Amino acid sequence: METRDIISTGNDLAAIAAVDAGCKFFGGYPITPSSEVMQTISDLLPAIGGVCIQMEDEIAGVAVAIGAGMAGHRTMTATSGPGISLKAENLGLAQMCEVPLVVVNVMRGGPSTGLPTRVSQGDVRQAKNPSHGDYRSITLCAGSLSECYTETVRAFNLADRFMQPVFVLLDETIGHMHGKAVVPTVEEVKNSIVPRKKFTGAPEDYRPYGVGADEAAVLNPMFEGYRYHYTGLHHDAKGFPTEEIETCRKLIQRLEDKVMMHTDELELNEEFMCDDLEANDVLIIAYGSVSLAAKEAIRHLRADGIKAGLFRPITLWPSPDKRIKHFTDKVKNVLCVELNIRQYTEEVERVSSRLDIEGLFKVNGRPISPYEIVNKVKEMI
Amino acid sequence: MAFNYDQYLRLEKMPTLWCWGCGDGVILKAVIRAIETCGWKQDDVCVVSGIGCSGRFSSYVDFNTVHTTHGRTIAFATGIQLMHPDKHIICVAGDGDAMAIGGNHTIHGCRRNINIKFIMINNFIYGLTNSQTSPTTPQGMWTVTQKSGNIDPTFDACNVAIASGASFVARETMLDPKKLEKVLVKGFQHRGFAFFDILSNCHINLGRKNKMASAMENLEWIDSITTSVKKFEAMSPEEQLNKLPTGVLKHDETAREYSDMYYQEVIGYHQGKRKVITQDDFTKKI
Repeated sequence: METRDIISTGNDLAAIAAVDAGCKFFGGYPITPSSEVMQTISDLLPAIGGVCIQMEDEIAGVAVAIGAGMAGHRTMTATSGPGISLKAENLGLAQMCEVPLVVVNVMRGGPSTGLPTRVSQGDVRQAKNPSHGDYRSITLCAGSLSECYTETVRAFNLADRFMQPVFVLLDETIGHMHGKAVVPTVEEVKNSIVPRKKFTGAPEDYRPYGVGADEAAVLNPMFEGYRYHYTGLHHDAKGFPTEEIETCRKLIQRLEDKVMMHTDELELNEEFMCDDLEANDVLIIAYGSVSLAAKEAIRHLRADGIKAGLFRPITLWPSPDKRIKHFTDKVKNVLCVELNIRQYTEEVERVSSRLDIEGLFKVNGRPISPYEIVNKVKEMI
Repeated sequence: MAFNYDQYLRLEKMPTLWCWGCGDGVILKAVIRAIETCGWKQDDVCVVSGIGCSGRFSSYVDFNTVHTTHGRTIAFATGIQLMHPDKHIICVAGDGDAMAIGGNHTIHGCRRNINIKFIMINNFIYGLTNSQTSPTTPQGMWTVTQKSGNIDPTFDACNVAIASGASFVARETMLDPKKLEKVLVKGFQHRGFAFFDILSNCHINLGRKNKMASAMENLEWIDSITTSVKKFEAMSPEEQLNKLPTGVLKHDETAREYSDMYYQEVIGYHQGKRKVITQDDFTKKI
């Protein structure tokens, strides 16, 4: 793959990636620590004839972006935890109507206003189910500057593939980190774009939601002769409200199955120094900026003669359950490191069927240092 | 020749869920006639509705249609409009949608003066959910959440729209569909945010408990509280107190439309076609 170097911040890289990936619309509302995404894309989009608008509140910020998505365009919003809380209802509408949308969430501490300028991974559980009802969130989590770019590109392709919102989780540390990112060339990105499916038959034969039991809706762009209906109500194949029992059941089951029967297309992990792990060694599970400290810790531990490795899910939701179980079955000492309290550890417990997963959690707005991880591992074994 | 509504309706969705004698159907017909008068193609029109009885409007008409969350019509419509500034975007909302849960979007849609045609069907009550107080419910009326009588002061929706900067503001009732159609056409042909406060009846969930149990009684009450803007202006302040003026209340053709400004000025600047925008570009500087 052809690459290039960009010296920038994580937030800016997400904005640059969006435009390279064909994003034409951004709607948002300022919120620390994500505001730079909107600030940067407000220059990039008009230069290519796209639109960036700062709305009156977080709710409108996501609604306006969904509107552009309904019209048929690649679209994005960016926010932080409190913003997601406000956007939740409309994210549910996008799930129900199957509107592709990329949501960059630069996490900070919570609940409530929390520590706006500090780092946290407090939105991991929220990203799984921001809105009420049954659906499956797709959540990606960048663990380096380069991934702020590549995961945003991947999010756009997954949103169009699965026809639903896709979260890209950054955190304050990665969002504001400034450095060199090695990323694919614009041409490579353009070649990787897989646009959403389009129906080309006669308008009277068009059934936007009349797809297979595990398939995503096929939503044509507006104003092109295929007049159909979007609604947040349970709806039939043509998109119109219905209470017919079987239609309702099939619709919600399809929202589940279109994701869960195709997790192989979503799963992406990094396995760092995991190849030689044996039963009495140490497996660390971490994601996002914490994984940088974990890698440093592993180098120190190995220098001290303790064999440790890192399993890093890049797609957090749906979780890479089989791969996690593969490692938790094999390795006795498992440590989850998170900037929250047990938000992903509980998922590791669930998929591993183990209740002896160790945790190192920090919720004071400060990053975890490699030494804290080293000390915790030494306590464990 | 009789007007052919069928072309614009999703006939398989009939009958509507609206109650017998509801004014929403009259408004729906007036909107369809206005669209035909404007010569808009069905493929070029997008109708965005919110939640409530008015929310179902979008599913009955054969355009590109969107039934959104409660109160957010303008926000969704703004995204569609900005990506398709040459198309015709109509929002249909109720008084709860527009003045309560979505009040902020109403204010800012008006302020931006974006080319959205915003129709507020004002029946003075939350009808679909059985008679809860709305921001337009008159004080003293019975509601299911204020059985002792509503004490909440009311919003004058048109005054809100005018103060917020909408460039076209009108109020009509469904009592005179011909007049309503004319006003709709005028607003539809105006480039900018057009706000319509259209008074309608809800004899079922407002009327029955407020001494106007039939559609006719409810409509007679609407007739009694409205008067043409010309007559209204000739009235004394005491007489004006309990009257709502109907007709076009504001029509400013000089105000610039938002998407026009975005495409000409913002995109123009970023593509090197114009210098940076300064205060000198605007007559009103504060």
